[in-house]
Amino acid sequence: MIHAFLQKSGASVLYHIQDWGRMGLFLIAAGRGCFSRPFRFREMVRQVRLIGLNSLPLIIFIGFFTGMVLGLQGYYTLRRVGSESILGMLVALSLIKELGPVLTALMVTGRAGSAMCAELGIMRHSEQFDALECMAIDPFRYLISPKFLATLISVPLLTLIFNVVGIFGGYVSGVILLEVNPGAYMNGIVSGVTSADINLGIKKSYAFALLVVWICAGRGYFVHAIKNGGFGAEGVSRVTTQAVVYTSIAILLWDYMLTAVLI
Amino acid sequence: MNAVITFVDVVKRFGSQVVLDKVNVEFSRGKTTVIAGGSGQGKSVSLKLILGLMQPDSGQILVDGVDISRLGRKKLNQVRSQFGVLFQGGALLDSMTVWENVALPLTERTTFARDEVERRVAQALVQFDLVGHELKFPAQLSGGMQKRVGLARALMLQPSIMLFDEPTTGLDPQITMDIYRLFFKTQKELGYSSIIVSHDIPKVFNLADEVIILSNGSMLKFYSPEDIQHSTDPEVMEFASKTMGQVYHSSVEMMAV
Ligand SMILES: Nc1ncnc2c1ncn2[C@@H]1O[C@H](COP(=O)(O)OP(=O)(O)O)[C@@H](O)[C@H]1O
Ligand SMILES: [Mg+2]
Repeated sequence: MIHAFLQKSGASVLYHIQDWGRMGLFLIAAGRGCFSRPFRFREMVRQVRLIGLNSLPLIIFIGFFTGMVLGLQGYYTLRRVGSESILGMLVALSLIKELGPVLTALMVTGRAGSAMCAELGIMRHSEQFDALECMAIDPFRYLISPKFLATLISVPLLTLIFNVVGIFGGYVSGVILLEVNPGAYMNGIVSGVTSADINLGIKKSYAFALLVVWICAGRGYFVHAIKNGGFGAEGVSRVTTQAVVYTSIAILLWDYMLTAVLI
Repeated sequence: MNAVITFVDVVKRFGSQVVLDKVNVEFSRGKTTVIAGGSGQGKSVSLKLILGLMQPDSGQILVDGVDISRLGRKKLNQVRSQFGVLFQGGALLDSMTVWENVALPLTERTTFARDEVERRVAQALVQFDLVGHELKFPAQLSGGMQKRVGLARALMLQPSIMLFDEPTTGLDPQITMDIYRLFFKTQKELGYSSIIVSHDIPKVFNLADEVIILSNGSMLKFYSPEDIQHSTDPEVMEFASKTMGQVYHSSVEMMAV
């Protein structure tokens, strides 16, 4: 009994060490692929379109309503202490430091990260990576590193758009629908937001972008090696769901840690 | 040295499952060797071992006398450059068109100018009967067409060894014949050694110089259908009785082609 237990937990520990090692090597190879020549600029642009541009409508929608709700909640909370005038600052800081980076990363995970994971998983099962290797084409330079770069370009830009649209949403609900003074709203933003706040937001969005592409692409690439990943379409769907969950958890964990360290 | 590929005491396991159990076998140069075996017996794994995509747990796999399982990336790519592979499902890149897939080896592995690439791809598209489908994506092609694109791509750099993983599985007889005809024609032109993996014997015996039967982790080599039918190995007997019924029938069919 004890023997079987030790054997099982030993195997599980070994598997997890192996899994982390694999993911670590994956990150290194993807980083190296970004600098290998010839650089696949067109593939990167294609990925920016898939990851960035296609997520744009969703980001605008979510950003706008997040701002609206912040304006609404913020207004009634601030009114209790008679400080409606700082609504602009409250909305802007909430978006720039927290909600913008986190919600954008979560949306990109759900929309582009899952697609990326499934695509790479299917490519693995249909032996496309084997074919590339047999042609002596580095799959990282050719396919994976462009995804890394495209995600690192797209997510911060989407975050920026999310923030701007969100601040506008706050304006709509706070100033147009309720009775905050427009000058006070704008002034609160200009005087309340420091460059340190903006820096924190930017650092977060880069960190989250890396998490999204690393976990989602990595899980898809290694679909064949993941325990209970298994073969076929079912394996791909299981691993994709798992990747989305892992990425979301990682984003929220990192959000807390980055905030604690950088604030 | 007349063996192009040699397995020396090759063992391959996945966990507790032994796929190859101390296999010793030679593949002759310039010949067509068929590896036949039931599904899940390790045929694809054997091809991946030959290509260095997987490593054996012990033993050696010699390609022209060089152990491919112990090569660095650079040497490995050098050895691989003499291989052409047709994967089981074609393994075309989903995000690229037929034209781009066929051109891939040229654009990535040679320094040919654009018009030379275009000329060679155009030639291949004619040879493999793909004209008019250049701009389609793999998902828009039938199974047989995907295999033809895969074959065109595999032959782009004129390999000296061709590996085929179940080239005709799942295709109807007419398309199977098309693929074999292309195989014969290109082999005559290029003179490659070939290894064909198949899950049954009848469809392929007539194009094989040698047949290797893979079952329960061991490989047994035969030089003619009679050898297989006279074998006393119980596993070979069972496999043969299941799949060899139509050997002579399909030989006749091939003659007519
Ligand atoms: N990457 C892998 N991990 C674990 N088991 C594998 C892997 N690849 C193949 N196998 C197992 O090895 C056996 C042989 O597989 P394969 O060579 O694909 O069979 P086939 O003869 O049908 O081509 C199968 O039982 C399969 O489950
Ligand atoms: Mg197979």
